Formats: sequence, structure tokens, C-alpha cells
Amino acid sequence: MALVGNPNVGKTTVFNLLTGLRQRVANFPGVTVERKSGRLAGAPDVEVIDLPGTYSLAPKSLDEQITYDVLVGRLERRPDVVVCVADASNLERNLFLVSQVMDLGLPVVVVLNMVDAADKEGKTVDAEALSAALGVPVVPMVALRGEGLHELKAHLVNLPSVPEGWRWPLMPVVEAQLPGLAAELGAAGADMPESQGRMEALRALTDEAALEPWTESAPAFVAAVRAARTHFEERSVAYRHAEVAGRYRWVGPLAHSVTKVRRDSDTASFSDRVDAFVTHRVWGPIAFVALLALVFQAVFSWAVPAMDLVEAGVGGLGGIVRAALPTGWVTDLLVEGVIAGVGNVVIFLPQILLLFFFLGLMEDTGYMARTAFIMDKLMKRVGLSGGSVLPLLSSFACAIPGIMAARTLDNERDRIITIMVAPLMSCSARLPVYTLFIAAFIPAGKLFGLVGYQGLAMFSMYLMGTVMAVVAAWVLKRFVFKGSRGYFVMELPPYRRPRLRQVLQRMIKRSQIFAVRAGKIIFACSVVLWFLASYPATTPGDEEPGFAVSTDVSGADSLALGASMQIRGSFIGMMGRTLEPLMAPLGFDWKMSAGIVTAFAAREVIISTLGIIYSVGEDADETSLALRDQLKTDTYPDGQPVFTTLSALSLLVFFVFALQCMSTLAIARRETGTWLWPAVMWCYMTGLAYLASLVVYQGGRLLGFA
Amino acid sequence: MTLEELRPGERGMVIAIRDEARLTRVMEMGLLPGTTVEVLRLAPLGDPMDLRVRGYRLSIRKAEASRVTIRRLTP
Repeated sequence: MALVGNPNVGKTTVFNLLTGLRQRVANFPGVTVERKSGRLAGAPDVEVIDLPGTYSLAPKSLDEQITYDVLVGRLERRPDVVVCVADASNLERNLFLVSQVMDLGLPVVVVLNMVDAADKEGKTVDAEALSAALGVPVVPMVALRGEGLHELKAHLVNLPSVPEGWRWPLMPVVEAQLPGLAAELGAAGADMPESQGRMEALRALTDEAALEPWTESAPAFVAAVRAARTHFEERSVAYRHAEVAGRYRWVGPLAHSVTKVRRDSDTASFSDRVDAFVTHRVWGPIAFVALLALVFQAVFSWAVPAMDLVEAGVGGLGGIVRAALPTGWVTDLLVEGVIAGVGNVVIFLPQILLLFFFLGLMEDTGYMARTAFIMDKLMKRVGLSGGSVLPLLSSFACAIPGIMAARTLDNERDRIITIMVAPLMSCSARLPVYTLFIAAFIPAGKLFGLVGYQGLAMFSMYLMGTVMAVVAAWVLKRFVFKGSRGYFVMELPPYRRPRLRQVLQRMIKRSQIFAVRAGKIIFACSVVLWFLASYPATTPGDEEPGFAVSTDVSGADSLALGASMQIRGSFIGMMGRTLEPLMAPLGFDWKMSAGIVTAFAAREVIISTLGIIYSVGEDADETSLALRDQLKTDTYPDGQPVFTTLSALSLLVFFVFALQCMSTLAIARRETGTWLWPAVMWCYMTGLAYLASLVVYQGGRLLGFA
Repeated sequence: MTLEELRPGERGMVIAIRDEARLTRVMEMGLLPGTTVEVLRLAPLGDPMDLRVRGYRLSIRKAEASRVTIRRLTP
């Protein structure tokens, strides 16, 4: 069975209720889009699919396209029954979708959800009358409390019959065309039930995007549709909104006849009062910025203890494994490659979990829709829309879930631009790099005795990325997507009390996306990195003459010296030294270049690389004093320090802009369906990083900050 | 007049919608000829508009609202 419904109607709650904890996320065949399914609790032979929320079966966004394709059996076997979840307090618009689902020729059960909230607003819906009017079973539910589940399940075990579709008044001149058009489809070999044929014909008639796919397979149908359109246009028949108008003409009065309104709404006026403040001309934006500041402050400070714990755990585990296994390359690989690599991912989880927790709260209360409302005009100027706010905020945690969240945007231009700029938001993988270099090279003092230089530097990193995202979006809009226009049509749902369980569930789901995808790549990279740093094996005597280890000689013991030479002669060292001439204008030596090369797999890898290079041990991390001191005291053979505040700044800027994340490229490929966009993304971000670092370093030298 | 010109607190009835292909989603959300619409407020920067349509709140940009011809209703 398939579960459909408008966004914000509690569809996911119904899904959780039906399936319990036995859920699985896989991909739809052919398209790599997530397919969330589970087994019906108590009837394990029934599979329940949760489809993305949609307002209409005339798809606009990628999410909606999936919903439509599943319902008509284009992606997999058609479902045996469709459960359509409707919000009892907003019946009219919800019934619009119900009426479309009823025309598919499949058994339908309508869930009338949130009858309690509707009751609070003074609206009582007569479910029996609604059921009689629609001709399908209607189950009133309060899914949050599990009310109505029993009755719903009964309908799923004893399937209702297929409802009589097409009960709404379609403009007769349009109606007259449909049988002929549907017959053309059938003649072209399209195998579908009669009512679906009519649906497809109507879709193609009113929407160019729905007609195109038939160009190859049913040219006669396409020609017939075009002829019909010309026929209507000559007679100025408003055929394009014939379907929408007809359906609302049916469901509008129907919704009114089954709804009893007692008094003026209570919840609605509560939402109005909140909105008078939240979307106020002055207070609204202030509240938004203050809230964001609070969230980020919390994410950064609250996550620290948990991150320390993870770190200690990873270090401890490495120690245990090393003690338990004999010395040798297998142990090295396990400890330095696998455990350190997985630790690299797990360490960010506390921050990512927290940020997603807050974003989930904002969504479930209804505030996220308000941020879109407040920000839309600004976002529109640069070719984005209010709907891009959530994907971009998510990208501060990790660009992967951010890019995936762009799916809800129902405008292709807005979606692509959002995806293209999301990786510029400083994600949590950049944070360790920022932390290490800021702590090592930015003085601890305070500007005017007020703001710490280090804090200011950190804030500038985030600001720089965000500003560049805005600029990049504008450039894309101005030069790539010339002429195409975006739009913004969004529901402002009433404010609701968030449910902790649901917020936590969503938080875990989104973080999983990060952990699994990024984890796989970082894991693999760590292993490869370990290999590249360990081979070819060199002994100190093998080195070419004249080689001077450039660490502070007084502080380096012979063991560290040996490890450092090992790196220099290894594959990584070779790469670093090959790239040194290219990176020298940015102020980077071969060790930094090697670090940057490895960081193209994933940003945080640079820390492990530098850790290995400076041989402070594989458990080096951004707070490691030893690594910080090694960086400070490292000199070129001529005695000049390798790192100055300026070269550190140059490195920081490089990390703000460069796209150093394989997982982001992979997800961008998946979501855009082509390698073109990820390729453009990589080139423009990396080019930008090189240029910006060049400007910072060379400009800084010219100004005398050597 | 168009929906764009309606001020916060005012109500109107939709008479016609131009540029239908572009406003498909707006119409699917229930804003159709014959529908009563109330402007609740504008976003802090003056755009988009916050409307009440068929008992729920819908937000659309002024650019789209200017395609919706309405008749102002007296309160």
C-alpha cells in the first residue's frame, strides 16, 4: 500500500504508526531516490511505502514526480491500495489531492488526521458524511496518539473496492476530447487502466512538461494533444485550469457540507498573534538572526564535551587494538587507517545531530516556513527562493543532507542554484581545520578589548563562505539561468507543538545520511591515505643527499626524524613536492600541499596527514598541542618559518572555498542526474579557493605582513 | 485591480487569472476565479504576501499576485 498526502498533515506519523520500527530505506529502481518502506505491523506480508508529500498529482518538484510515478506504476508495481492522509482542519485543499487520487482507478482509504486540532479550531468534520459523499472509507484519526489505527488497519486487510472516479464537473468541451486522446495512448501501446489513461491525457493536455515524455513513444498522441490545444485556443477555452477549477467546484461545497464550524478559530488566532511578532517588519528579522546566533552558539559549545568523549573513545580503541594485536602492517592499517578514519566521521556527529535537532524543531513548530517567508525577497534577488533557507542552513552541518533537502523546491532553477552554492556554507568538516590553524596562528588578544581575535577569525570564515554563496548564486542566476524565473508558493502552516520523538527521529535520519555516505568515502580514503603515506618504505639512509628535515632540530628526536623522512619519500610526499611550485605562491610548502591533496577526499583528512607528516602520532587532532607547536616551529632550510599568520590565513581561506569532499560531488551527481553540475561545482569552487588564497597571501606580502 | 494592490486587512474575490501556465501551482492551492482571498500581511521586506485562502494561509510573491485580477470586497 502507498501513503500519500499534502505536506504538514502528519503523514509520517501515520507511517510510523502503521509500520512500527520495521522500516527500511532503499532506492527506487532506476532512479536513485530514497524509497521509505516498512511492513505493516501485525500483517508482515503488507508492504507500506511512504511517498513524499505533495499538493497535487501534477508534479512540479522532484519529490512530487516520484509520488506520481509510483502511483501510476511507472517506477514499480502499482500499489494495491492508496491511503490518502488529509488534514481535518484544512479539508478543502486536502480534498483536492484526494479527488485526484480517486481518479487513478485504485482502492482508496482517506485518513482524516488531526481531528483534535480541527476540533480546537472549532471545526468538526462528519467522517461518515464525508465517506458517503466521496464513496471511499474515511477514518478519523489522531495519529500522534494512535487513535483510529485499528479502524485504518481493518480497511487495509479487507481492501475497499475501487471508487467511482471522475465525479467532478470537467468543462464539457474538454471532457469531450479525453476519450479520443486516451485511445491514442492505448493505441501507442501504453498499458494502463482506463481512468489512468484519462488522467495522463488530461495531464498532457494542460501541462507541457507532461506531454514531452510521449514524444518518442506516442507521436500520434502528441499530435492529437497539440491539435486539441489549438482547437481550444482558437475558441478561447480556459482549458489549462479546467481540471483545477472542476475539482475545486466539487470538493469546495463538499468540504463545507461535512464541516461544522462552531466558533471563531482559536489556534488560527494564536498563530496570527505569533506571526504579528515573528513576521513583523522590524522584530521578525531581528528574531530570526537572534535565533540563528543562539542555535550556532549552542551547536558549538554544547557539542564540545561529546566530541571530546568520541575522541577519547577512538584513541582508546586504537590503543586497545594495538595492544591486542601483534605489530605489523595489519595492525597499522587497522589503527591508523580504519579506526582513525571512522573516528574522523564520528567526531562530527555531535555537532551535526545538534544542528539537525534545532532545524527539526524549527520545521515542526512551523517556524521554518516563516523564515522562508521572511527571507524570500532577499533570496529571490540572487536567484534562490525562501525555500532554499532550510537546505542552506542544513549545509552548515553537512552539504550532503543540505543538497538532498533541496528536493522540495518545486522550481528546477532554484533547486540547481541551491545545490550549486550549498557546499560554500562552512560545514562541520571544515571546523577542525579552522580550529587548528586559528588556535596556532591567530593571537589570543581581543580587539578593542571586546571581541577575541580568534573568535572573530572563526566568524569571518563562516561569513566569507555565506557571502560567497550569495555571490555565486547571483552569478548563476545572471549568466547561466538567464531569463528563467523562479516563483514562491508556500503554505504557512499553523504553529504546532513539536513532538520530541518525531524531531529526534528526523535528526537521526538526516545524520545517518551524512554518516553512512560520508563515512564510506572517508573510511576508504583513510585506508588509501595510510597506504600512500607508508609506501614506498624508506630508511633514513636512502634519502638523497642534501635533504634537510625542516622540523625544529632541537625538539625533534631521531624517531620523528625517521617518520618525517618516510613521509617525504612516500607517495604522498611525492605528490606534495610535485605540487609545491603550484602552491608556493599561496604560501604553502610541500607538507601543506600534500595535506591539501589528501584533503580533496575529505577536508578533515588534512589533520591526519599533517599529523603523520609531523610525526606527532596518528591520534593528532585539532586541539593537539604537539601538532600546533610543531606547525609553529617548523622552518624552511634557510631558517624562515614555514607558517606565518599570513600563510595560515591563506590556508584558512583556501578551505573556506575549495570543494574538498568526494561525497558532495557524488550526491550532486545523484541529485542533478548529470556529472556536468558537479564538475562545474568543483572547478568554480577550487578556482575560487586558489584565487582567494593567492590574493590573501600575495596581497598580504605586498602590504608587508610577511 | 489585481491582488498585488490589495492592502493588509482587505479582502477580495478573484475574477480572473492571467498567465495560467505560470500560476498552475497557485491555482492548485485553491486560488481560483470565484475564490475569496484576504491579505493578512506582507513579509518584512514587502514581498511575498501572506494570504488567507479557503481557510488556510498561503504565501505567494507579488509578481504572481499581479496576475490575479480581483474585485475588492467591502468588509
